Amino acid sequence: MSFLLIAEQVLNGLQFGVMLFLMAAGLTLIFGVMGLINLAHGSLYMVGAFAAAAVAGATGSFLLALIAALAAAALAGAIVEMVVIRRLYAAPHLDQVLATFALILIFSEGTRFVFGSFPLFLDIPDALSGPVTLPGGIEYPLYRLSLIGAGLAVAAGLWFLTARTRIGIQIRAGENDREMIAALGVDISKLYTLVFALGAGLAGLAGALVGAIQSVQVGMGEPVLILAFVVIVIGGIGSIKGAFIGALLVGLTDTLGGVFLPELFKLFMAPDTATQTGSALASMAIYILMSLVLIWRPSGLFGVRL
Amino acid sequence: MIAERPLAVLVLTALLAVPLWALAVDEPFTITLATRAAILALAAVGLNIALGMGGLVSLGHAVFFGIGGYAMGILAYHAQTYTPLEIFGLSIEGTKSMPVIWLVATLVSALAAWGIGLLSLRTSGVYFIMITLAFGQMFYYFAISWSAYGGEDGLSIYVRNGFPGVNTLVPIQFFALCFALLCAALFLNARLQAAPFGLALNAARQVPARVETVGLNPVRLKLVAFVVSGAITGLAGALFADLNRFVSPTMFSWQLSGELIVLIVIGGVGRLMGPVIGACLFVTLEHWLGGITEFWHVFLGVILLLIVLFARGGLVGLLTGKEGPHV
Amino acid sequence: MSDPILATHSLSRSFGALKATDNVSIDLRAGEIHAIIGPNGAGKSTLIQQISGVLAPDQGRIELLGEDITRLSTVTRARAGLGRTFQISALAMEDTVFENAMLGALGARGNPWSFWRAAKRDTALSETALAALEQVGLAEARDMRTADLSHGQRRQLEVAVALTLAPRAFLMDEPMAGLGASGSKQMTGFLDGLRAEAPILLVEHDMDAVFALADRISVLVYGQIIATGTVDDIRKDAAVRAAYLGEDL
Repeated sequence: MSFLLIAEQVLNGLQFGVMLFLMAAGLTLIFGVMGLINLAHGSLYMVGAFAAAAVAGATGSFLLALIAALAAAALAGAIVEMVVIRRLYAAPHLDQVLATFALILIFSEGTRFVFGSFPLFLDIPDALSGPVTLPGGIEYPLYRLSLIGAGLAVAAGLWFLTARTRIGIQIRAGENDREMIAALGVDISKLYTLVFALGAGLAGLAGALVGAIQSVQVGMGEPVLILAFVVIVIGGIGSIKGAFIGALLVGLTDTLGGVFLPELFKLFMAPDTATQTGSALASMAIYILMSLVLIWRPSGLFGVRL
Repeated sequence: MIAERPLAVLVLTALLAVPLWALAVDEPFTITLATRAAILALAAVGLNIALGMGGLVSLGHAVFFGIGGYAMGILAYHAQTYTPLEIFGLSIEGTKSMPVIWLVATLVSALAAWGIGLLSLRTSGVYFIMITLAFGQMFYYFAISWSAYGGEDGLSIYVRNGFPGVNTLVPIQFFALCFALLCAALFLNARLQAAPFGLALNAARQVPARVETVGLNPVRLKLVAFVVSGAITGLAGALFADLNRFVSPTMFSWQLSGELIVLIVIGGVGRLMGPVIGACLFVTLEHWLGGITEFWHVFLGVILLLIVLFARGGLVGLLTGKEGPHV
Repeated sequence: MSDPILATHSLSRSFGALKATDNVSIDLRAGEIHAIIGPNGAGKSTLIQQISGVLAPDQGRIELLGEDITRLSTVTRARAGLGRTFQISALAMEDTVFENAMLGALGARGNPWSFWRAAKRDTALSETALAALEQVGLAEARDMRTADLSHGQRRQLEVAVALTLAPRAFLMDEPMAGLGASGSKQMTGFLDGLRAEAPILLVEHDMDAVFALADRISVLVYGQIIATGTVDDIRKDAAVRAAYLGEDL
């Protein structure tokens, strides 16, 4: 096991982690501010990916594709919030689950109706293709490195937004006391639409960015959504910091587990059984991580309320 | 308006009458549809014990459905390949006997429900939903990576398993088995609801603080409900696998967990017949709308949205004119 | 003087810089009603939550019948004989009055693991439940849905559920809350007779009720007990007058 391999896998884990963060940040923000569990967040991820693939196909510009992804997902989010979601804020969790499950069905089948069942492909732009050599002699795809950079930039931007801006202060106030900030003259329903659209836009951006290294297809959002839930459970609901740390933990555990667990088992098992056991166990690694966090801290690493 | 008891008799009679009619006019596919409805109803009866009585929004009940399915698949696979199942140093013969398979499916699902419940019930509310969903996904990926039993492709069982005195290959006879198990589960559900355990659980759903104050542990009550619930859904999974003579990781999928909740809500949460009515309607819709358009899930989504936003209480609520439990 | 049934020793709990309960030592003796009064925000709720086991104290001890119960859960405290009522009725609103009382009876039995026989047909349970309902005067309303009860009836049911447990000490959080004059008078009469069954630690805002009922009163201000004594002692106490009336010491 060489240093280069380990370094490459750590980078892969980071890249996976920051993309999960883009999903988890929106989810945790939406839950923290509005108290809503949104299963349809994965659909917005898918909308972003499809919008990017369509625009890239038509214009050939990756940048335009990213802008389209962000805009389409944010717009879809805003519309869904205004038509359906805002009726659910005071509703029991079961209703939220059902209604957003219904939205998944509508989004997925609607997308299948428009784009068909075959996967689309989104190409990595020329400027970002190919490997770069990092200090220490690590060869790493430039695009994946850019994803890490983009994810970290968004994380920094979100931190700045919530901690340093007027709208961020309103968002945090909305988490604590809905009535009070309404009484102070903040238009709470506009604020909610904005927060939802922001979360949706981040999900759409993640969909487009990841869409270039995987295929773009119906149903791509839900596995990511469920991983984002794991991230939130680990990090603590409502905490952006928790989402960031949780996302990196999950990304690294999943990636490193998949590579190293089979190797680890080979030390004391026959190679084929080791590969089998190792990869089966690796597929469960993040859930085991989640269970451990639950035993240790039921409300997550940075969660406050339960 | 109709009271709940006559409604139960009416619904079960209808579910029995449809395949009998299909037998008379020689429409075996309708019998298969009715069997599918009965099995899904059984799975949902299980979930309804956790959801309706315990207030536990489990988005991971496909785990138990899948475990039941794989219990059948693995035992039957070893029987049909004449290889023993090696586990923990033991060598176990496979089997094609339904009663044995059912027992194993129920016990293993109950055990899994105990483990998952123990962890998930450390939390509540949204955390509980997310965690059960996550555990569901864990089993899904585990099944995919478990190549010994077909991995992603699943396992085919060539001949349906047997039950003493019944020719399970005849559709109506297999239906009768499933129907009998559904009735048994409904009877158990009704007893549980009226028993002291049901009384305490019902209170634990509404006011856990009160239950603690009288010296009972609400979490333990919910855990037992979750175990019973998982066991019944697991049994349904074994039947479902036998109906299709096939198991695959899709039995663990989150969509299935979601659909089980959907059927209950269409029928009525916490109502005895809610899951049965919901399952019959779901299978009918799936067959009918599915025949019209391959995009029938869009319509299901729209119907579901309308129910959630405008018709809480489901069909049983509508038919009996009485409000059900709130979850 | 007999040993106290329930006692706290130097109980303290802070939230950040706020000392919600500061070195509180009180006791409850057999046959008495001991009222805790104090202005809003004095720490009465925090005290109740610690005694009932919802909140852990930072320091100090709680004893029931001479046993240390400080580290026990709410559930085990209830089993040890602590009967609590809630300030805001915590009842299963979808269930009937009888079913709520049955829950108490089931708690008194300590074993809810009966899965087959209908609870209604369990005569031992029904008798306990019905006796408690009769005692508070709710037997007539037994089949009503709890959500349809009047506010006063809910307060009565709240007490009835505690009664089914046959506790060794009652911990009552504002049983008069929201009751009108006549309801309050009725409840006062009822609690008056109840102290013979088990002593009552009574947290209450209704001063008429407190002065009519209490054998002893403790006054809690800013988390501290500033005075404990009979009704007359408290009326005359300078520190109490200062706290309530703003008189100079």
